[in-house]
Amino acid sequence: MIKTIIKKGAYFDSVSLMQVAKKLNAVPGVIDSAVVMATKENKGIIKASGLLTPEILRAGDSDLAIAVSARTPADADAALKAAEELLNMKPAQAQAGTDRKAAGLADAVKTLEGANLAVISVAGRFAGALAAECLEKDLNVMIFSDNVPVETEVALKRAALKKGLLVMGPDCGTAIINGAPIAFANSVRRGNIGVVAASGTGLQEVTTLISNEGAGISQAIGTGSRDVKIEVGALTLIQALKMLAADPATEVLLIVSKPPHPAILKKITAEITKIEKPVVAVFLGGEIKEKLKENFYPARTLEEAAYKAVCLGKGWKLGKAREIIYDMNLKAEELARREAAKKKRSTCLRGLFSGGTFVSEAQVILPEFSGEVFSNAPLDKKFKLKDSLKLSGHAVIDLGEDEFTVGRPHPMIDFSLRNKMIISEAKKPEVSVLLLDLVLGYGANLQPLEDILPAIVEAFIHNKELSIVTSVTGTETDPQARFKVVKGLEAAGVIVMPSNAGACRLAGEIIRLAAKK
Amino acid sequence: MKLFESELKVVNIGLESFRQGLTDSGVKSVQAQFKPPLTSEAGLFARADKYAARINKANEKALARVLEAKPALVGMGVALDVIPGMRKDLILHAGPPVTWERMCGPMRGGIMAALMYEGLAKDPKAAEKLAASGKIKYAPCHEHSAVGPMAGIISASMPVFIVKNEAAGNFAYATQNEGLGKVLRYGAYSPEVIERLKWMETALYPTLKAAIESLGRIDLKTIVAQALHMGDEVHNRNRAGTSLFYRAIAPAVIKTARDTETAAKVLEFINGNDHFFLNLSMALSKASLDAGRGVKDSSLVVVMARNGTDFGVQLSGTGGKWFTGPAPVPDALYFPGYTKADANPDIGDSAITETNGLGGFAIAAAPAIVQFVGGTAADAVNYTLAMYEITVGENNIYKIPYLNFRGTPTGIDVIKAARTGILPFIDTGVAHKKAGIGQVGAGVLSAPPEPFARAFEYFARNLR
Repeated sequence: MIKTIIKKGAYFDSVSLMQVAKKLNAVPGVIDSAVVMATKENKGIIKASGLLTPEILRAGDSDLAIAVSARTPADADAALKAAEELLNMKPAQAQAGTDRKAAGLADAVKTLEGANLAVISVAGRFAGALAAECLEKDLNVMIFSDNVPVETEVALKRAALKKGLLVMGPDCGTAIINGAPIAFANSVRRGNIGVVAASGTGLQEVTTLISNEGAGISQAIGTGSRDVKIEVGALTLIQALKMLAADPATEVLLIVSKPPHPAILKKITAEITKIEKPVVAVFLGGEIKEKLKENFYPARTLEEAAYKAVCLGKGWKLGKAREIIYDMNLKAEELARREAAKKKRSTCLRGLFSGGTFVSEAQVILPEFSGEVFSNAPLDKKFKLKDSLKLSGHAVIDLGEDEFTVGRPHPMIDFSLRNKMIISEAKKPEVSVLLLDLVLGYGANLQPLEDILPAIVEAFIHNKELSIVTSVTGTETDPQARFKVVKGLEAAGVIVMPSNAGACRLAGEIIRLAAKK
Repeated sequence: MKLFESELKVVNIGLESFRQGLTDSGVKSVQAQFKPPLTSEAGLFARADKYAARINKANEKALARVLEAKPALVGMGVALDVIPGMRKDLILHAGPPVTWERMCGPMRGGIMAALMYEGLAKDPKAAEKLAASGKIKYAPCHEHSAVGPMAGIISASMPVFIVKNEAAGNFAYATQNEGLGKVLRYGAYSPEVIERLKWMETALYPTLKAAIESLGRIDLKTIVAQALHMGDEVHNRNRAGTSLFYRAIAPAVIKTARDTETAAKVLEFINGNDHFFLNLSMALSKASLDAGRGVKDSSLVVVMARNGTDFGVQLSGTGGKWFTGPAPVPDALYFPGYTKADANPDIGDSAITETNGLGGFAIAAAPAIVQFVGGTAADAVNYTLAMYEITVGENNIYKIPYLNFRGTPTGIDVIKAARTGILPFIDTGVAHKKAGIGQVGAGVLSAPPEPFARAFEYFARNLR
C-alpha cells in the first residue's frame, strides 16, 4: 500500500528530509518511505525503492514529495500525518556554548574562565596523569578515584605544594569548599569550623552533626585515607591545617583521622602546636593523651569531636558537649530497656555499615558494653573476622571494603548487598540487634527509604525479638531531607539516633541488658 | 589560600552527578569529557614530553608550510603523462595499500570499470579475472601525489586536474568528479558508467583544459575560504564551492569551447553536480599537506585516508610509513530504501580535507548539513570546537563566521590525539558495500583509534 503527498513549492534541505524519512520509517506499520524534493535525481533514487508513484513522477523540482509504503491504508494515512507533523516541527533552539560538555581539560579551562578546582572521578589508572595536567593548569584537585599508586600520590602532592595548590585524595570521597558540597557531601550550614579529614564518612558525620546542632563549616578538606600513612607523610593534612590556620573565616579547627603512623603523628602534633586557634582532634582508636597546647581538645569519637567543635565555635562552655551527649543517653537508656525486654536471652549484635569510619567508631564504643567485637576492618588485628561473610559473636563489618565493592557500586549508593545481609542476619537465631548506618547527601542513594524498607520489614517478620538501630547522617537541606528518612524508618520500627556513636551506645546497652538475663 | 578567597569554579571530570551539589549551591561548573588515552604505555607520553620542545618546533614548522601553501588549479593532463610514477599497468586507489583479495566491493567494482575503460578487458568477467591475475599493480593515490574520492580509482588514460602549490612548488592530482548515481567511484561498472567516463575524457576534459589554460590559473584557496562563508565545509557540502568554481570557469569555457553545444553540456554537467568541487578541494588539501611532509620530529598528521577496508594515517616525521587499522562504518542518514546493513566501511581519500582543517573540522561553518551531526547548530559547533583540542594550530585563511571568524582547527597532532583520546571527526558520503549500487547515504564518524595509536607509538619510540 503506497500513498503519496505532493507539497507544491515547499523547499526543505535534503538532510532535514532524510531525518524525517528516518523517523517515518520508525512509525508502526511503515515498510519504507521517501521524503524528497521531486528532482530528477531523487526520482531516480526512489524509483529503485519502488516508491515512485505517478504523482511524484508529475511533480517538479521545487515540489516536496512524501511517499509511504505501509501495511494498511490506515497505517499509510497515519504515517503521512506524522510526516507533516515532523516537517512542521520547530527545530531545537540553537544554544551553542550553553552548558556544552568540554572536549577535554584544556577546553574546559577555556570554557569556564577562572576555574580553580578539578574533581576527578575517572578510572584510577587514568586519574594520576589527569591530576598532573590539572596542577599544570593551576587547578586545585580533588581525586575521588582510588587505585592510584602511592608514588603518584606523593609526586602529585609535592608538585601541588610547590605551586601552592591543594590535592585532596586519591580516594577522597568528600569535601566542602567555600560552602559547596563536593562529591559525596552534605548540605551544611556555613560557619567558623574548619575540618580536615583523612576519612570520608568521618568528615560527613562531623560536618552534619555540627550543622544539625546549629553551628557551621567554613571549609572541610578531605585528604584521602592514605595521606596519614608513612609513605605520604600527611602532606595534604598538614597543608590543610596551615590553610585553615591562615583562613580568617575559620576560628576552630577539627581534625578527623584513623590513627596515623607514629612518625606522622609526630609531624601532625608539631603542626598543631604552631596553631593559635583552638584545635579539636579525633584519631579513632588512637586518642592523643598528651596536652599539646592550651587550646587543644582531643576526642574519642566523631560525635565528641563534633560537639566540642560546636561549643568552641559558638563560644559555649565545653561542658555543653557532654550535656548534649548525656541527654541523648537518657533517652537511649529508656529505649534500651524497652528493647532488651523483648529478648529472652543473651544475644549477638551485627553491625552492617556502609561507612568505614563508622566501623572504627563502633569498635571504640561497643566493647565497653558487649566485650569482644570482631570486624573485617578491625582496629586491633586480634579481632579480625576470619570470613567476612560468616559472622559470629558480636561483629561489625564495613561493606565499603574492596572485598564487597568489586564490580558493584559503593554500598552508600547500592543497598542490595546490605539488604540481603540484613535479612540473612535477622534469620539467625543468635542475632537480635542489627546496627546500621544510613548516609544521606549528594552522591549517596537518592531514595534510601524505598530501597531499604522492604529489607527492614522482612527482617522484622523473620525475627520477633529483633531490634534495629541506626544513625542517619545528613541534614534537612540534603536532597533526601533527613527528617523524612527518619520518619520513614521509625514508622517501620527502626530506632534512629542522632549520631553513629549514639546508635552504637544504644545497641551496646541493649546487648548489655539482654546479657544480664 | 587563594582558593578560599575566590569564587569556586569547578571542572568536573568523570561522574556527571557530582555537578548536582554544585549547581544547587550556585557554584559554576563545567563537565569535561574524558576519554582514555589511545595507548596504555604511559612511558611513551613521558618520552614525548621529554622531546616536547623539539617536537613543538617541528610541528610549527610543518604546519607553517601547510598554512603558507598556495594551491591553484594550473592545468589538466592525462594521468599517464602527468602523475609521477604512473604506468599503464598501474591502478591508483584510495587509502593505504591494499591487495585485491582484501579490497571491498566498491573498490573492486571501480577497478573493473577502470580496466574496461582502459580497454584492457571487454566485459566485467574479464575485468575481474585480470584484476586478480597479478598483472595489474595497485598503489595508493597518496603515494603518487594524487587523491581520489570513494574508491579513488585513477588509471593511465584518465584526465586529471593539476593543482600546484605555488608556495613550495609541489603538485597534486585528482580526477574530475563524475556526479551522483551510477559512478565508478562507488564501484559501478555498467556500460553507462564507462560511457560517461568517455564523455568526460573527450568533451569535459578538453573543454576544461582549454578554459583553464586561457585563465592561466584558478586560485583554489580563496574559493575554499569563501565557500566556508557560504555554508560549505567542502567535504560533504560543496554547493558553494562548485558555484564559485562555476563562476570562475564559465566565461572561459564559453570563450574556448569547440562549439556552444559542448560549452553548454560542460557547464550543465558542473552545474548539475553539487560535488564537482570536491575533487578540487581534495587536491588543494593534498597539495597543501604534502608541503608539510618530511619535517624531522614532527607529529603532524599529513594523510588520513581509507580504502574501504583499512583506515590509514601518515605523519610528517615518519616518512612514507602507513599506520593502519580497520575502517569503521559511518553513522549515517540513509537514502530511501537503504540501511546501515547496506553500508560499506569508510572509504576514500576525501578525509584529506579534515587533515587540512576542512570537512568535519569545519562543520561549524556548514549549518545546512548539521542534521548529519545530531540536528542542531550547537552539535556542529561542538564538533569543531573539540577538534581544536587535537590540532597544532588554527587556520589563517579558512575561517568560521559563527565562531567570530576563528580559523578552523588545522594540523592534527598525533600526540594530542593519543593523549586526549579525542579522534578526528570526519563527515563523509557512504557507499553501498556491493559494487555498482552507489551512494546510499551520508554521515559522520570518528576516525578509528588504532591507526593513531600505532602512529603515536611508533613516533614516540623512535624519538632520538
